Amino acid sequence: MKTLTKQQLRNERLLNILTYTFIVIVICVALSEILDIFGSSKVLEENYNRKISLDLGRLSKHNIPDDSPTARPRNGNCSYWDCFNVYKCGGQKLSVYVYPLKDYYDSEGKPIFTLTKEYYEILEAIVDSPYYTPNPNNACIFVPSIDTLSQELINSKGVGQAFASLNFWENGENHLIFNLLSGQSPEFNRVLEVNTDKALIAGGGFDSWTYREGFDISLPIWSPLVPEITPSPQKDKYLLISSQMNLLSKHRNLPKSNNILVLKSCDDEHYDVKRCVSGTKYSYPSIMSQGTFCLIARSDRLGQPDFIEALAHNCIPVVMANNYVLPFEDVIDWNLALIRIHENNFNSLQKILESVSAQKIKELKAQGDWLFNKYFKDLKTITMTMFDILNDRVFPHQAKSLKEWNTRTFVTPSAQNPLFLPMIAPKSQGFTAVILTYDRIESLFTLIQKVSVVPSLQKILVIWNNQKKSPPHPSMFPKVSKPLKVIQTKANKLSNRFFPYDEIETEAILTIDDDIVMLTADELDFGYEVWREFPDRIVGFPSRIHIWDNTTQRWKYESEWTNQISMVLTGAAFHHKFWSYMYTNSMPGGIKEWVDEHMNCEDIAMNFLVANVTNKPPIKVAPRKKFKCPECTNTEMLSADLNHMMERSACIDRFSKIYGTMPLKTIEFRADPVLYKDNFPEKLKRFNEIGSL
Amino acid sequence: MQAKKRYILVILSCAFLAYCYFGGYRLKNLLLSQQTSSPSDPVVPVANTRHRRHALPSFLSSHRKSSEVLHPLHEKASFQGRHCRMETCFDFSRCSKKFLVYVYPLEPLNSLGAAPPISSNYQKILTAIQESRYHTKNPQEACLFVLGIDTLDRDSLSEDYVRNVPSRLARLPHWNNGRNHLIFNLYSGTWPDYVENSLGFDTGEAILAKASMSIQQFRRGFDVSIPLFHKQFPLRSGNTGFVQSNNFPANKKYLLAFKGKRYVHGIGSETRNSLFHLHNARDLVLVTTCRHGKSWRDLQDARCDEDNREYDRYDYESLLQNSTFCLVPRGRRLGSFRFLEALQAGCIPVLLSNAWVLPFESKIDWKQAAIWADERLLLQVPEIVRSISIDRILALRQQTQILWERYFGSIEKIVFTTFEIIRERLPDYPTRNSFIWNTSPGALLTLPNFADSSRFTPFLLDSMGEVPQQNYTAVVYVQIGAQLTPNSALYKLVKSITKSQFVDRILVLWATDRPIPSKKRWPYTSHIPLNVIIPGSSEGSVNNKVTGGDDRISISQRFYPYPEIQTDAILSLDEDCILNTEELDFAYTVWKDFPDRIVGYPARAHFWDDSKNAWGYTSKWTNYYSIVLTGASFYHRYYNYLYTNWLSLLLLKTVHQSSNCEDILMNLLVSHVTKKPPIKVTQRKGYKDRESGKSPWNDPDHFIQRQSCLNTFAAVFGYMPLIRSNLRLDPVLYRDPVSNLRKKYRQIELVGS
Repeated sequence: MKTLTKQQLRNERLLNILTYTFIVIVICVALSEILDIFGSSKVLEENYNRKISLDLGRLSKHNIPDDSPTARPRNGNCSYWDCFNVYKCGGQKLSVYVYPLKDYYDSEGKPIFTLTKEYYEILEAIVDSPYYTPNPNNACIFVPSIDTLSQELINSKGVGQAFASLNFWENGENHLIFNLLSGQSPEFNRVLEVNTDKALIAGGGFDSWTYREGFDISLPIWSPLVPEITPSPQKDKYLLISSQMNLLSKHRNLPKSNNILVLKSCDDEHYDVKRCVSGTKYSYPSIMSQGTFCLIARSDRLGQPDFIEALAHNCIPVVMANNYVLPFEDVIDWNLALIRIHENNFNSLQKILESVSAQKIKELKAQGDWLFNKYFKDLKTITMTMFDILNDRVFPHQAKSLKEWNTRTFVTPSAQNPLFLPMIAPKSQGFTAVILTYDRIESLFTLIQKVSVVPSLQKILVIWNNQKKSPPHPSMFPKVSKPLKVIQTKANKLSNRFFPYDEIETEAILTIDDDIVMLTADELDFGYEVWREFPDRIVGFPSRIHIWDNTTQRWKYESEWTNQISMVLTGAAFHHKFWSYMYTNSMPGGIKEWVDEHMNCEDIAMNFLVANVTNKPPIKVAPRKKFKCPECTNTEMLSADLNHMMERSACIDRFSKIYGTMPLKTIEFRADPVLYKDNFPEKLKRFNEIGSL
Repeated sequence: MQAKKRYILVILSCAFLAYCYFGGYRLKNLLLSQQTSSPSDPVVPVANTRHRRHALPSFLSSHRKSSEVLHPLHEKASFQGRHCRMETCFDFSRCSKKFLVYVYPLEPLNSLGAAPPISSNYQKILTAIQESRYHTKNPQEACLFVLGIDTLDRDSLSEDYVRNVPSRLARLPHWNNGRNHLIFNLYSGTWPDYVENSLGFDTGEAILAKASMSIQQFRRGFDVSIPLFHKQFPLRSGNTGFVQSNNFPANKKYLLAFKGKRYVHGIGSETRNSLFHLHNARDLVLVTTCRHGKSWRDLQDARCDEDNREYDRYDYESLLQNSTFCLVPRGRRLGSFRFLEALQAGCIPVLLSNAWVLPFESKIDWKQAAIWADERLLLQVPEIVRSISIDRILALRQQTQILWERYFGSIEKIVFTTFEIIRERLPDYPTRNSFIWNTSPGALLTLPNFADSSRFTPFLLDSMGEVPQQNYTAVVYVQIGAQLTPNSALYKLVKSITKSQFVDRILVLWATDRPIPSKKRWPYTSHIPLNVIIPGSSEGSVNNKVTGGDDRISISQRFYPYPEIQTDAILSLDEDCILNTEELDFAYTVWKDFPDRIVGYPARAHFWDDSKNAWGYTSKWTNYYSIVLTGASFYHRYYNYLYTNWLSLLLLKTVHQSSNCEDILMNLLVSHVTKKPPIKVTQRKGYKDRESGKSPWNDPDHFIQRQSCLNTFAAVFGYMPLIRSNLRLDPVLYRDPVSNLRKKYRQIELVGS
């Protein structure tokens, strides 16, 4: 055992004292954190760190005296730019505060509103959502817990007064008022008849006069029947079903036809679950699933619960309400999911609907079904959609585009080509040759020399994938007239060939193996010309095909002389730098890691990636060449070859499973120079050196 | 104490602290719940809450009971003028048949003095309308009326300001309080307050197509917001976007740029006055000057001198070219020239103009091409632009070019887009969806009456995950009508087509005076229907405006969208064409991959002839081509519809008069739509049977005529849409040294040039 010197002992003691002091301080701090709670006897609602309680069991009462101040009338000219206080909305995301639930009574002791189960669900959805904040000081949006969903269930004056009494009302700034049924008989105002001042209104029956675009939000009229609807794919028996109860009488006179079903209420039955016509009873709303189209028309109010019921049954809504602002119209392109008919065209309704093509019906139904499930399927989803829209308004630079809101993402094989601008890439840029190499220096140098004479080459990038050995000294490299740069990688990974190096300044990348020395300058130059005309595709030389093997029930990789191709190997191919970026950053399903691990199939992976995103096949350039090792025919090589083919087949099989589909496309053509094989003076002909084996 | 122990103690105490801090709420909650459950309010079991919750009524409970509507609301008459909507201020019945536009004649001299001069921009608007298919000279059949009075500049201090507009309007025979009138305006209001709706006259029920509109003044679904364009703006295309390459990442020198005036005082000055806060002279270049107007020195503030120095350091054009984002701040009015300039340059607009209604906002999804910032949060702009990812920048930049190209590149496009937006509001006109509007080639080139689904046009198939329909219709155009014998070219051609595995129907367009050969003279076509049609016989196919009362059948009839053509693919053939069946089949399989292009055999090229200072046309063998003649090629049937219903009547007239060049025009049309070259397949170049007697092709004038056609077409298009290609497509194993038995297209091997 070693003995401690005095000095060390003193140090040791000092350290001990320090440690104990530290521990004591830490414990004190920790306790004070809790003691603080003991000490402060704050009332529940002033504790801004926890969710508000939506417990209906203990609501505090709030009396509104008759003479209490009321909110100012709704400001019809409000817009996001002048009535919305954007300074309240910091951070990266909307934060929504919900006022505590209370029972409000007027001076006579009557409740000023009735809490409905729908509003309760909306509040619940907000409190559970990622947008919720318990702290009103951080809040961007304020939601009063005063239920104004139905005009018929509120005392307008009392609610106006209740709004004014809210702690953070401030003229209604950033307050969000929900209302589905607006207006009262006989006028039926299109907007909530309550003084709401500068508050935003999420309403269910706006017309284009009352809707303040970019400020208010248009909601669907929810139907309590929707949760009970189970989707049952049925054959469309009727072209059109009209089952709305409150139709204007002039809209009841549809032509008599056996593909049009006009339903009325039943005398004896409950009004919302049965419909009758000439003695026959139909159960509602499930009858809607038998219609191709369902008529939703303007009544005393513009919005109707039948709209969402039709959507839920995948019956295409035929909306006949001039100037009605459809649900979430700011972001949803309803042209893709419903038919809108001008009220004056009511009489030609049948003719219009009969002229809709079967294809269009298919598309409308598919889109309607998708929209319903994505944005409307329950109150929680509707509430979240609404806040997503508000969030997009407050943080417009992050906002989703109309395209993103309306594209059915799961549809395969739909393509969203990221290189969608139709253009022929400029010739002047040239391409960057990216050569992946390990240690075959001799062949690398030959290749560099060959490539460097291609006129359209801009730069050579050698990716030195060998960590055990340094690349040859720059002076050893062949002297070439184009810039040459060597990049030493950190690990021997195949994905290094597809890294979007900053050194690549051109759009086009030629990836080429260090042993592909048989391509002529004309061939490479022509390859680049072809790529310029198809800059969104892989354009290259060695081609392969995938074939479905019926006996093994698997995909097979084929490199024989075939009449079709579906892949162009990146051992010698041009592609846009964006694909390297995608390969590196957004390759699905861990394919990139798998390829790096197994040191194989990076070229197949790239072909899958591009084909999947663009829905386009690659382009093979010029006639077939013998690429590798023309004279190897011994048996050893053959077996290695066989093994190699098995592995490659397994890759295709694996990748197609990951994608859930086979994205590769088969084609029967290749690109040749316009005058290929033509008897034409060589001097006048471009690309003469093409096609020799 | 040993070091180990000490560490453990320290760690333990830290852990305790962490627990109290992060997990403490559990303790707090525990304590709180004890606190709140006061004796008067016993703890409510969860079950009770659930019960109460289910007892809540539905908001809808009273709604459906009222099944009869007693007071159907009518459109209120008071919703006029300031509150106009199409239903209240527009007479749809005028537009039920056609969407035609009447332009008032320019005012003759009268008691008010000389007719006011018309600014060049307004003249261009009128010319664009008058030379378009929208135009009518008959006010009775007009749906829209456009004034002969220049209303573009309504700034009373401006030199283009037209006086006495109210009395001039009063004298218009069809004014009718502005109903169905469209008023174009770029500037309204004047110094100092620039009131937006102050046009100096009452627009009544007229639709405004106006620049710089604010969301408060904009009548939703009624007005059209148009962009501000400068005095030299071209009438027709010619002004292409600047983005010539799609580099990724773009690696521009500057991230955000702006160079422009600032106003020091008054309305709209604040935003530009505070831009200097963002300027860092490195990647953010935001320079302003107060040096404008006569008396700038009197109005200048303390920063002016410094600003001017900085301002002079940068060149505007080079900022546009070298910046990823371009700031578009409001000026006195909400819109500015910057917007279109940035759009054209592919410099992504960053909008600082609160409440501005962007041009054509009802149809164009600007989120795909621009970034909104907020004047109130000016200082956040750098952070916002830095947060945009490089792949989104790539997409935004491409979209600026598509929008520029399709809707903003010329006055004609802006006017037509305005018309199409109004037209889509008509009850009887189909609406195009947002994908069509925001994808190349856009709404102006996608006629919604053709079909109700994009499935039937060649443009959105990829994004819909669809492929073109199977099979093709062969359309043979017969101009000579030589004797039909088993040796004649036409007979052999029909036989080759019949053997094709993809043919759906054969349509022979008999455009000659010779009699149609009797049925038994035609080769046996098995189950494939063969129809012989005399072009021009089907209703409405002869357009009087094109033929000008002349009896001859226009050669454009070969591209008429005959109802017999049901397949997406059309194989267009001349009667003396000598392709074999394999060639047809191969070309068809290639077309399936390029359904938006012309895919075929006879390649031609255009070139710029410096000596003549004109476009030249050549049929010589070259290393490139830009035209594939429709004498032997596949294309989508939508182009027949577009050719017949969209092309300017001037073009169709040229074709009719020369009875020539229809194939060149089709190539210009398709390249204009796709911005891509056609595709030539295989080596074959000669495709005409040399022996089939007198052909118009042998006429020496024929060629000169085609040259002149090409130049006329380019002039009417406003630019040369043709694009060159350097490649042709051959079968994969074409001329490869393998056994012919392995090849699928063996006959093609034998064809040669």
